[in-house]
Amino acid sequence: MKDFINRIGLPRFIIIIFLIFLMALAIYLNIPLSDVITDILVRFGMNAILVLAMVPGIQAGIGMNFNLPLGIICGLIGALISIEFKLSGFTGLFVSILIALPLAAIGGYLYGKMLNSVKGQEMTVGNYVGYSIVSFMCIFWLLAPFKSPELIWAYGGNGLRVTVSLESSTSHVLNNFLAFKIGKVTVPTGLLLFFAIFAFLVWIYSQSNKGLSMIVAGSNAKFALSNGIDVDKQRIKGTVFSTVLAAIGIIVYSQSFGFLQLYNAPLYSAMPAAAAILIGGASLKRATIVHVLIGTILFQSLLVVALPVINVIAEGTMSEVIRVIVSNGIILYALTREGGSAA
Amino acid sequence: MIVPIIFLIICIAGSFFTGLPFSFLFDEMVIRLARNLILVTSLILPVITGLGLNFAITLGAMAGQIALIIITNYSIGGTTGFFLSILISTPFAILFGYLVGRVLNKAKGKEMITSMVLGFFANGIYQFVFLLLCGTLIPVKNESLLLSNGVGIINTIDLANIKYALDRLIPVTKYPIATLLVSLLVFLFLHFFLKTKLGQDMRAVGHDMEIARVSGINVDKTRIISVIISTVLAAWGQIIFLQNIGTINTYGSHEQVGLFAVASLLVGGATVERASWKEALIGTFLFHLLFVISPLAGQNLLGNAQIGEYFRVFVAYGVIGLSLVLHAWEKNKARTRLREIKE
Amino acid sequence: MDLLQIKDISKSYEENRVLKNVSLSIKEGEIHGLVGENGAGKSTLMNILFGMPVIHSTGGYEGEMLIDGKPYKPTTPEDAMAAGIGMVHQEFMLIPGFTITENIKLNREKTLPTFLSKIFGNRLEKLDTEAMAKDAREALKKLDMDIDEYVPVAGLPVGHMQFIEIAREIDKSKLRLLILDEPTAVLTESEADKFLEVIKKLSQMGIAILFISHRLDEIKQITDSITVLRDGEVVANVKTDEIDVKEIARLMVGRKVELSKKEDEDRGIKDENILEIKDLRVNMPGEEVKGLSLTVKKGEILGIGGLAGQGKLGIANGIMGLYETSGSIVKDGKELHLNNPREALKSSIAFLSEDRRGVGLLLDDSIEFNIAFSSLEIQDNFLKQVGPLKLIDKKKVREHANRMIEELDIRCTGPKQRARALSGGNQQKVCIARALSLNPDLLLVSEPTRGIDIGAKKLVLDTLVKLNRERGVTVIITSSELGELRQVSDRIAIIYDGKVAGILPPDASDEEFGLLMAGEDLKKVVN
Repeated sequence: MKDFINRIGLPRFIIIIFLIFLMALAIYLNIPLSDVITDILVRFGMNAILVLAMVPGIQAGIGMNFNLPLGIICGLIGALISIEFKLSGFTGLFVSILIALPLAAIGGYLYGKMLNSVKGQEMTVGNYVGYSIVSFMCIFWLLAPFKSPELIWAYGGNGLRVTVSLESSTSHVLNNFLAFKIGKVTVPTGLLLFFAIFAFLVWIYSQSNKGLSMIVAGSNAKFALSNGIDVDKQRIKGTVFSTVLAAIGIIVYSQSFGFLQLYNAPLYSAMPAAAAILIGGASLKRATIVHVLIGTILFQSLLVVALPVINVIAEGTMSEVIRVIVSNGIILYALTREGGSAA
Repeated sequence: MIVPIIFLIICIAGSFFTGLPFSFLFDEMVIRLARNLILVTSLILPVITGLGLNFAITLGAMAGQIALIIITNYSIGGTTGFFLSILISTPFAILFGYLVGRVLNKAKGKEMITSMVLGFFANGIYQFVFLLLCGTLIPVKNESLLLSNGVGIINTIDLANIKYALDRLIPVTKYPIATLLVSLLVFLFLHFFLKTKLGQDMRAVGHDMEIARVSGINVDKTRIISVIISTVLAAWGQIIFLQNIGTINTYGSHEQVGLFAVASLLVGGATVERASWKEALIGTFLFHLLFVISPLAGQNLLGNAQIGEYFRVFVAYGVIGLSLVLHAWEKNKARTRLREIKE
Repeated sequence: MDLLQIKDISKSYEENRVLKNVSLSIKEGEIHGLVGENGAGKSTLMNILFGMPVIHSTGGYEGEMLIDGKPYKPTTPEDAMAAGIGMVHQEFMLIPGFTITENIKLNREKTLPTFLSKIFGNRLEKLDTEAMAKDAREALKKLDMDIDEYVPVAGLPVGHMQFIEIAREIDKSKLRLLILDEPTAVLTESEADKFLEVIKKLSQMGIAILFISHRLDEIKQITDSITVLRDGEVVANVKTDEIDVKEIARLMVGRKVELSKKEDEDRGIKDENILEIKDLRVNMPGEEVKGLSLTVKKGEILGIGGLAGQGKLGIANGIMGLYETSGSIVKDGKELHLNNPREALKSSIAFLSEDRRGVGLLLDDSIEFNIAFSSLEIQDNFLKQVGPLKLIDKKKVREHANRMIEELDIRCTGPKQRARALSGGNQQKVCIARALSLNPDLLLVSEPTRGIDIGAKKLVLDTLVKLNRERGVTVIITSSELGELRQVSDRIAIIYDGKVAGILPPDASDEEFGLLMAGEDLKKVVN
């Protein structure tokens, strides 16, 4: 038993036990499992790319990229512009991504440069740089020269809406693509496929000579240096990939959610992604696709199952409380473990 | 000294555009100084002890709120209520501070990000206790404190009973003389404290943990004591803050405490490694002056009050982000600066 | 009666015996010199004497110590201090932001009771700054130091810092024995002279001094008696005026290994230089190279020796471009780009770092990945083209690793095992395998046997010799262990103060090695 716990790690063990307990409770309370499973699939698909964005950062040695909001904002800008031009469906989705990509690449590059001058403090700095960018963008959202009635307040207010509905543009384009039903469970095929593509890209890259240089630079900078690797360049590369994935991630997330959330919404977006990958078994120095898969499934299942169960037995906001405790708890656990030296 | 000067210029220019009469600004600033100074001061000791900015003073604020909820539950008001809440909050704050100190000792070198996540985590626990346990496991006598279904504490608690309990303790002039006196006492205490053996030990630990340890100072214990004092001051600070405001936002009042206090201290010219009562005083003044004038300045300059509001949030995050970047950058520079080869 | 007696002290770190039955005794007011090569056991002895935690966390020591004839068993530095033993470490234990007074009185501050201290205990007593300053002044005065005690330590000359360290020790109320670890290493000549005078004065005040130094003339000049340690054993314990510098040098180095290897084979070393180094400067902290010139012949094994801190480790690190370097390095007639590890590797130079676990290995990766990575990164080996990407060819990596594991006899559970789980010797072999995968013609090896148990040491050295003989790889081996250099090298360069002090054949006398290492001018001493 002790061996088993050691192998899968104490936090995962607790979360799995808790999840099993919630599942049992759900069945006992006659909550329809098909709805729960459908929800898990959707929430997995919509969050997984954001979690995936953590991988190149950790691999390149910048630790958890708490500056995910940077990429997210680039993604939001892409989506807003595509709506401004009244694009919808897959065109809208791909144009959003195409616009977001260069923005995220430039943003990631500059941010990577900055991280190279604050080695050892990446997470603390990243976190507050992220917050600063989000709050700065709040002013931008107020002043941005968008005209589409979808985007701005119908009357009265200034600037962009707090939430922009995607109903008439890209809402659910991926979720509905090739979606099918098994019994009462709906499988969002497009959404899962889309994630699979990016997961495959990240995986194949990590098998290539370029990717290996990056991973080696992240896991032991001195070793990398003595093997002729330009460590700073690799770190920038990881930061750029992470930022780009975050931009794509939020576009995918939003089409599934049905809304773009502006202003303060991206503020805490890095926390759940960081928590998910840590739950999956990643450390501050090592992360793989497997960690993304396991972590996202466990974390999202927990939230999905907890919601209806707690709605029956307690106050509705409890699901949110559990999210806060679990996600911050796991990050705290990772931070206080020996070894993960980057902060 | 450059940071406070820049802020002073921004504030002077801004107040020019607000068109607010000087007397109004003066009154407003006196009130704000009185209610915020102790919270900001609570950050000083951890900086001196080398823990950086203690974002976990959120836990101190929680201890203060717990005490206020308890006295409201028993409907104890007035001066008695105020001092009783100070008394009740102290053991909670000591316990929380001890726990925070223990955790931070396990995360040496990344205390700041850890203290921040710890704040979020504690917030989850806090919500769990007050949303789910109050009214169920924890009996609440005063039913007006409970949500309509009898479980959980209401979102906004009226503190009419102890409003201005300290501010108007010495009822000369319209200013909160007693509160200012208490702040002065805390400053004096801090001044005295830094000249004691324990204060000297904290300085030594802050300068160099290793040398302090070799010299026989119990580093971990000294750090814990520093965090405990910080947490206790934060608890008292939060009570004093709330007796001025007059209501508690049960699930929100403590959240921004760490952010605004830290930003205030940094605006005053403090750094991650150096802080004193001067920076606390100057910073609190400048930061809150900015707070008061920025919505109006935004309204008058750009025709939008919201811009000013977002601007001050941006300033809070931005100043923290910037000072963390500068700090990490300098540390990095010092580490890689090439030593001259001696002939 | 002797102030301190050390009787039959032995100490092992795991399998590694670092002290064997060491005995010495020191009288009141005596200046006792302690000399020995790096790794002779000096630091371990000091750590035992000073009650450092590292001793007790590794199983304590055997033997006994007596102070004034009474048993002395320190388990913490505080015990040592209470017994009147003070120590000045090689690295200064000073807080730069504190004033001189604050540093001298660190954690021994004078305090006055206050109202709060009566409630919360004596840590809330107020500092008595005046009394502290007075103490500091007195201690400084004993050292003939005329300096304002309110000045912060940061920015003071190193010489001053050394005196402040000593002032702190003599301020401890009953200092009886002061341990000085290489105190003059950081001082200029005039500072050192003044320093030695002060030491003499302290001894006249009745304080015994244990003086550790590599500067043999200093030892000779100042001490009353000398203990020479070699390989953890006392090889001499004599009055200073009964021994000369040459003899000390000889004793210090000793003849540790039987030089049985001289089979007088035709080494076939060509008269062709593979490497020409001119005016090399390397900014490696603690191991600076300061204008060194050296040529290496094709096919030879060149040993580089010298004491720690003299710069021998900087040479290989500089050639590889790992620390900032200037000067000129010519490899096979071509100028090597400096400060560029990739260029060095591409010029068929491979490097085994002295920091095996930090620089040499990816501890959490598999053995096979460790072995293959350098070649994969630099030479694009072990890759297969898939579309636009070059992917790692796991089959080739595995085959290569299996071959290497067999060839070098790496003891492991298989190529998938993590490098961390291996013993030191096998980790070193993994490093060698990684270097070999690059097919280098010049191999730089730093401290190849550090932290490796005795049996494995020989295997590692044999492997290096085999590489040299069978593959014709030129080897530059840098080591603190003169014995192993003499065992494998064709020539040995001794580094002192960042330059080559001299190049000796492996069968040169112990004195010659000892004197070169101590920075003595061979001719001057001999005459």
